[in-house]
Amino acid sequence: MKSKAIISGVHDTKVGALPQSTCMSLHTEAGLGAIEDAGLKVSDVDGLLTAYSFTSPQLMLGSVFAEYVGLKPRVSASISMGGVTAGLLVAQAVALVESGKCRHVLCLTGDNRLTGLGEKVQAMLADVGHPQYEQPYGMSVPAAFAQAAQAYMHEFGMTHEHMAAVAVNQRANAAKHPNAHMKKPITMEDVGNSKMVASPLRMLDCCLVSDGGAAVIVSAGDAARDLPKTAVRILGVGEGYTHEHIFMSPSLVDFGCKDSAATALGEAGLKHADVDCAHVYDCFSSTLLICLESMGFYQRGEAGGAALSGEFAIDGRFPLNTNGGLLSYGSSGAAGGMFHVVEAVRQLRRECGERQVKDAEVAFAHTLGGIFSGHCSIVLGRI
Amino acid sequence: MSDSDALKKPVPLPDADSRVYWEGANQGKFMFQRCNSCGKAQFYSRSLCSHCQGKELQWLAARGRGKVASFSVVHRAPIRAFAADVPYVVALIDMDEGFRFMCNVIHCDAQAVRIGMPVKVVFEERPGSSQKIPQVELM
Repeated sequence: MKSKAIISGVHDTKVGALPQSTCMSLHTEAGLGAIEDAGLKVSDVDGLLTAYSFTSPQLMLGSVFAEYVGLKPRVSASISMGGVTAGLLVAQAVALVESGKCRHVLCLTGDNRLTGLGEKVQAMLADVGHPQYEQPYGMSVPAAFAQAAQAYMHEFGMTHEHMAAVAVNQRANAAKHPNAHMKKPITMEDVGNSKMVASPLRMLDCCLVSDGGAAVIVSAGDAARDLPKTAVRILGVGEGYTHEHIFMSPSLVDFGCKDSAATALGEAGLKHADVDCAHVYDCFSSTLLICLESMGFYQRGEAGGAALSGEFAIDGRFPLNTNGGLLSYGSSGAAGGMFHVVEAVRQLRRECGERQVKDAEVAFAHTLGGIFSGHCSIVLGRI
Repeated sequence: MSDSDALKKPVPLPDADSRVYWEGANQGKFMFQRCNSCGKAQFYSRSLCSHCQGKELQWLAARGRGKVASFSVVHRAPIRAFAADVPYVVALIDMDEGFRFMCNVIHCDAQAVRIGMPVKVVFEERPGSSQKIPQVELM
């Protein structure tokens, strides 16, 4: 059996309001940064996987980037699956290198949604609603996720305080990251006093809109020996899909994350308890708690209490979203999920400074697209 | 987009899959499909059964009764056309016939809606459109 794929390089750009940035500038900075981090040249990259851009919609985003930087990949594809895309790029890259089709695959995301689109973003996001069966009812993306949150409060006792504790913890983590979009500490009261968006979700329960980009390079397992930095092994990958529109979801409390996490952990030969740090897609505070329980990291109704008691802190029992996540680090379209993958790699390389999770050996990264519609889980291990 | 267009709520454009449903709404009927092979109901209407992929589907009119499976009170509208309506309720409704759909709970105090409440289907007329929209009211 061939050795498992590795992540050989990572890079993320600054995030936040970057008025000088463009979709291409963020792609270039993130892509070349990751290539340099892996100790490679542009010409070493033989596979290119990109996502999509709202600000600069392209039929062939990957080709546009390759032409811009002078990259001539042997394999190129652009995947457009919303927030789950970052994980899918890594998953497809693993298949490409483990099959021998490619040796170094650049997985690249980025968008300047904040300064490039401003208020138009919310309308564009609401466009994901079904044109006949959701959009006529004024469903916003927060309202769609809010309905799952409301059901979870009703069924398993999740509370406003549980959700607020997630937001507060992640802001504290972001304060320890030099590049985070939002670093100003917040309190439980701040979350409770923030504007209601779609009940039960308040503004501080919702992810940011940021400019930013992120990239990782997935390389063949035997490339690890040539690397300038500690390689990180991709131990397992899983996906899960149950629906596209929330009214079609077979459940309001279990989603594709249940399968994706089980598949990824199974492939890695590991258990939930083996995970030292988790980096889980957090478009809303409630989403994170629901996914953690659906995936089996916590029993039903217990993740919220864990958030309140500090278990998700960097030095807690279950360090979670150590960079601050989409709620506080940054959320730039498909790059939101890639920030989680990049942070997971940095934790395993022990590069996180005051955010470092002590002795991190196994990290779990998870991306989510649509309204709990598509999920990708990735288990990473220090070599 | 002109200013007046921006204030128009999205109107469904019926297609081959959905024409019976939307025409039914205009006649005050909530039409749905039941599969002749597996017997399960489905919403939204399609060219095949999403449970068993059977091709024999019959159209039936629902009684128009259901329960709130979940809901959210929207305070920040996604587009300007809904801005004047806030706070409004977006809800998932479980119909007695065994399927779920999304709509607004209308003609009620938005803060009064709870999971499990019984509702009945009504058909809303919207300015500038001849298409009636299925909605629910609290019973």
